Amino acid sequence: MDIPKEHLVDMYSTMVRIRRFEERIRELYFADKLPAFDIAAGLIPGEMHLAAGQEPVAVGMRPHLHPGDAITATHRPHHVAIAQGVDLNKMAAEIFGRETGLGRGKGGHMHLFSAEPNFGCSGIIGEGMPVAVGAAMAFRARGTDNIALSYFGEGAANQGAFHESINLAALWKLPVVFICEDNAYAISVPKAASTAIPDNSDRASAYGIPGVLVSENDPVAVYEVMGAAMDRARRGDGPSLIEIKTDRLWGHFEGDADAYRSEDFKQEMNERDPLVVFGKRLEEEGILSAEEQEAIKESEYATVEAAIDFALASPYPAPEASLDHVFA
Amino acid sequence: MTTMTDRKLTMQKAIAEGISQEMATDPSVFVMGEDVGVYGGIFGSTEGLLDKYGPERIIDTPISETGFIGAAVGAAINGMRPVVELMFVDFFGVCMDQIYNNMAKIHYFSGGNIKVPAVLMTAVGGGYSDAGQHSQTLWGMFAHLPGMKVVVPSSAYDAKGLMISAIRDDNPVVYMFHKGALGLGWMVNNPRATGPVPEEAYEVPIGKARVAREGSDVTIVTLGLSVHKALDAAETLEAQGISAEVIDLRSLVPLDREAVISSVQKTHRLLVVDEDYQSFGMSGEIITTAVQGAFDYLDAPPVRVTTPDIPIPYSHGLETWALPSVERIVSAAAGLVSG
Repeated sequence: MDIPKEHLVDMYSTMVRIRRFEERIRELYFADKLPAFDIAAGLIPGEMHLAAGQEPVAVGMRPHLHPGDAITATHRPHHVAIAQGVDLNKMAAEIFGRETGLGRGKGGHMHLFSAEPNFGCSGIIGEGMPVAVGAAMAFRARGTDNIALSYFGEGAANQGAFHESINLAALWKLPVVFICEDNAYAISVPKAASTAIPDNSDRASAYGIPGVLVSENDPVAVYEVMGAAMDRARRGDGPSLIEIKTDRLWGHFEGDADAYRSEDFKQEMNERDPLVVFGKRLEEEGILSAEEQEAIKESEYATVEAAIDFALASPYPAPEASLDHVFA
Repeated sequence: MTTMTDRKLTMQKAIAEGISQEMATDPSVFVMGEDVGVYGGIFGSTEGLLDKYGPERIIDTPISETGFIGAAVGAAINGMRPVVELMFVDFFGVCMDQIYNNMAKIHYFSGGNIKVPAVLMTAVGGGYSDAGQHSQTLWGMFAHLPGMKVVVPSSAYDAKGLMISAIRDDNPVVYMFHKGALGLGWMVNNPRATGPVPEEAYEVPIGKARVAREGSDVTIVTLGLSVHKALDAAETLEAQGISAEVIDLRSLVPLDREAVISSVQKTHRLLVVDEDYQSFGMSGEIITTAVQGAFDYLDAPPVRVTTPDIPIPYSHGLETWALPSVERIVSAAAGLVSG
């Protein structure tokens, strides 16, 4: 691997942090909802879309980010937010609906917004794509070399917003990288049942921009492809469309029976868990020993636990604070 | 403070001048939309701006409202102050997600940490047989959805001052101009569309109604082109011995409820004129405001002159019948006072 060791270690550590965060959110989400599942009950009420398995799509861009770069993510946003370095304590607090959260408890896990780093996400499919285009317009107008990354699922590639955004970015040669996280299912609908062609990256040719398919759920492959696309955007050569084949290890939302994916599919998916595969590879190539990986886990687990503790120790907002912040 | 002036502009030119003056002093302001460049805006809202500021700041977009209105949101979050034009408000249907789910909610979702200082400028209103997809006002719908200010100027003076306030505002502002109030040579011959406008930049505060005409017998609350019709009606009513006060709301969000209440306390009678659809909208909200705030002062149940709950019809006679007219206002006000 022709990648600086520090980047490999950083990607691995971030994958561990993401996975641990999702595991802990999952545990605490269910802790007080069982045995009879009540979506409105508990420490974390509401829908919860977790990204275990999709870590590579998030960490691969991380070493190429500059301060001020904008990211828009999806309804399944935690992995990307963590990879960009969004404050983990405030993010956890928002998920737990606390006053100290990124949005003081008003947004929840699908509506995480941060000014620094420059992150936003949305519960509406494809909604963040035009926003990334506008961020890129602002960067150009202000004379910065920042770029915008727009994450979306393969299900979003059939939205009008996908086509409108890529057309605008290509037309105006804006510094945007569009990243399709193809986890093969839009809730229960497989890609083949929704999309007229196998690979959304091929749709780039309709807009005259590079389209690249990353067919492995592998942080190293993502690192290389994203590095080239981000450099290209930063140079002023315009947008790219990247599609990454990834895996959503768990259901669409927590509580999803996930009966639409076959047991064979799920078994194969779990056998190629990217965190396990990447860890083994780093060990085999002498980059991180098993002991070093354990040490990383210990450290990252502590970081996640501190964020959870911060959230749980934080007060809930006063109910009447509901009325605040409609307007600036 | 603004200086007195004899210079008169149409509302259309006043809008363009307001944008231009903000662009001259604030490099973060830019305009985008369909035909805002060489055409100068289908309704002239950006007339002359391309020559002054060039294509980097006066940006013609493809017909792609979700894309470019969403881009305005992204630019606003990232340090710019976009003025984005939705050519006709009726076109909201192809881009409303970006408007009400995104532009209007990000500040709230972020707990006040992210501001979205965008102006969504759009043409509203009928009266020229453009039929049911190019004639609506829809301000009640935008006002119903939390997170957007909604302004509707009726005079050239207010058009410039409200545009400047809207651009300087840190919130999303939906700026609706009525096509019939613009003073366009090819639209509706409307002498009230032209008025004195100071040369310098000035603000008209958003959320403050204006007493367009003082009176003592009946309060007519309205906005947009209907202000002009109400003023015409007030002249007819005066000849009949009825003194009508006309309140121009100027904005729906925030709504100057106090102006409605204090006028009703004075006249004891309320007529609401609204070119928007009748049910579940502005007229009901104004009447509720008066009933809750001035119940003991009312001498008669409030009355409304609105567009009935029908798509705006095409044929001239149908449309003229459906939209609020001077005659309907006169008749309703006279009935309210005599009844």
